[in-house]
Amino acid sequence: MSQADLMIVLYAMIGGAIRVSTPFLFVALGECLTEKSGRINLGLEGTLILGAMTGYAVSLNTGSPWLGVLAAAGIGVVAGAAHGWICKLPKVNDIAVGLAFMSLGTGLAFFFGKPYIQPSAPRLDSLPLGGWSGNPQVNQALLVNPLFFVGIAVAIALWWGLRNTRAGLTVRMVGDSAASARAMGVNINLVRLLATAAGGALAGVGGAFLSLSYPGSWSEGLSSGQGLMAVALVIFARWNPLRCVLAALLFGAAGALGPSLQSIGISYGYHFFNAAPYILTLGIMVASARSKSAAREAPRELSIVK
Amino acid sequence: MSSPLTRSSNPARLGALRDPAVIEPLLIPLAALICAGLIFSAFLLVLGKSPVTFFSLVWMGGFSSSFSIQNALQRAAPLILTGLAFAIPARIGLTLLGAEGALVLGGFSAATVALPLLHGGVPAFVILPVMAMAAMVIGALWMGLAGWLKHARGVNETISSLLLTYIAIAIASFLIEGPFRDPASANKPSTQPLGATLRIGEIPGTTVHWGLAAGLVLAVLLWVLMARTTFGFAARMTGGNLRAAQGQGLPVGRLLLTCCAIAGACAGLAGFYEVAAIHGQANASLAAGYGFTGILVAFLVRQNPLAVVPVAILFGALDAAGGLVQRRMAMPDATMLVLQGTIFLTLLVSDTLYGRLPFLNYNRSGDRT
Repeated sequence: MSQADLMIVLYAMIGGAIRVSTPFLFVALGECLTEKSGRINLGLEGTLILGAMTGYAVSLNTGSPWLGVLAAAGIGVVAGAAHGWICKLPKVNDIAVGLAFMSLGTGLAFFFGKPYIQPSAPRLDSLPLGGWSGNPQVNQALLVNPLFFVGIAVAIALWWGLRNTRAGLTVRMVGDSAASARAMGVNINLVRLLATAAGGALAGVGGAFLSLSYPGSWSEGLSSGQGLMAVALVIFARWNPLRCVLAALLFGAAGALGPSLQSIGISYGYHFFNAAPYILTLGIMVASARSKSAAREAPRELSIVK
Repeated sequence: MSSPLTRSSNPARLGALRDPAVIEPLLIPLAALICAGLIFSAFLLVLGKSPVTFFSLVWMGGFSSSFSIQNALQRAAPLILTGLAFAIPARIGLTLLGAEGALVLGGFSAATVALPLLHGGVPAFVILPVMAMAAMVIGALWMGLAGWLKHARGVNETISSLLLTYIAIAIASFLIEGPFRDPASANKPSTQPLGATLRIGEIPGTTVHWGLAAGLVLAVLLWVLMARTTFGFAARMTGGNLRAAQGQGLPVGRLLLTCCAIAGACAGLAGFYEVAAIHGQANASLAAGYGFTGILVAFLVRQNPLAVVPVAILFGALDAAGGLVQRRMAMPDATMLVLQGTIFLTLLVSDTLYGRLPFLNYNRSGDRT
């Protein structure tokens, strides 16, 4: 591999990391908020796919991709609220309900998405941040979608809000000790329902990014476990929204590995490179399991760390 | 007061029709199924389709003729095995979703281990058991990995087993499209075809392959194992209360790993039958979603190995009717996915009814509150 090739791969990785990380970022932030309230929503994988389909369909029918993003957030709220409502019933397991929402969300998205596989909808425009450079690869790598910055803004807002606002304190209290929250007169189920619904909205936006920006079309193979990997990513980021940004970029870079190598003609074993994010996730889970600091920072009510 | 473990076998109450332990596991899933049917009917009505047509097509495609019943049974065979692959670890408290990965890797191993033996002139009656063994061992190792990570490192098995499924499919795709690719398979990369000698035949008098019989036998064996042996008792006790099991000195790690390995072997065996009885080679068709539908099957029967069989047949029938529904009602193939998702959800919601049915007498049987 020559030096020029190496640079191409590097640029493609940087650009790819930003592009691939955006859906990870949104799902991870949504999951982070949900888990902070003491519940886990594995159904965000389904919400992601449903959001991708809804966003694409609305963009196609209205001509406005941003309306599509809004609609995806809306469908995410519906799915999240349904998850939150079902999980408040006694004896219902939140992990299993998440699995059911994963399969139902995927099924509904494929069902209603069939007519949208062929037509091409208006996509979200990306900002050409690489205009200062004459290098086309740099230009290509720095075509950044505004949603990426929205995601970072949400992460900062979430980080600040969880620390410094009354609502943030309430969410953390419900997630750390349901008993004391109840003693304070907080409606635990309502807080969790709202946190899950808001988390669903973020995951829906992540889905809209998939279908409206990168890869930028609707197909049934659009999401392959990003929603699930985001759950592992949140554990890795130890429930800190700012660390979620860094973790998402790392996952994005891993996801960009396969396509980057293909761009210089290395396609042998691309299945392995495409599996890099899964392997990375698994490696991270093994490395961070039973970590003392993770145990300290985990919301106490979370079934997955108990 | 009796404990949950002994209650169902307490002779004093066996005849009592109002015993929640007998009624609940039958009535509640049935109610959930009916509810799912009603919700799905409403969904169809909103779309302007007729639920009556839908369910009669499901009946026609899945149950009405001997052809459709055999078609349903054919599809039920892998579902029994993958249902068992979820049910057994679930009894010990593990939510393992790795059956799809174990099935794909198992099928691939079966298809590739056979080739050198076949070229070496080894007779088929030797090769076929070797293929089955290879599929089961690889499946057991793959699912065992998730169990080992759980036991040794405390890694959440639900997420790790799903990731392992994606990784398994990637490995199999890489090997099938790379080193093990049959150059003759141009459009759909596959391993070399195994030929007619290595084809598992059909159960005499039917068009259903022997995988169904294997599934039935394993379901009975595993039911005996879980319900009637010390091993099963220890496993269920671990699933009920891990700390108590450790306190009693049970070999928890070994129990966990054994349950995962049994599950993986079941899923791997499903892969073997898919290769040896259906496809005749390993290719992308192995990842047909049987591993995931198996989870739903096992949930529906609350992890009872025997009850996996009829429910797997029901889902096999739904699957078999899918094509008919698609053609006659002009609906997308995802229709069955929506129905399955609806069933899954109503089923989990119905969990909340246990111990709360107003017409059952809970006090007599004690400990449910």
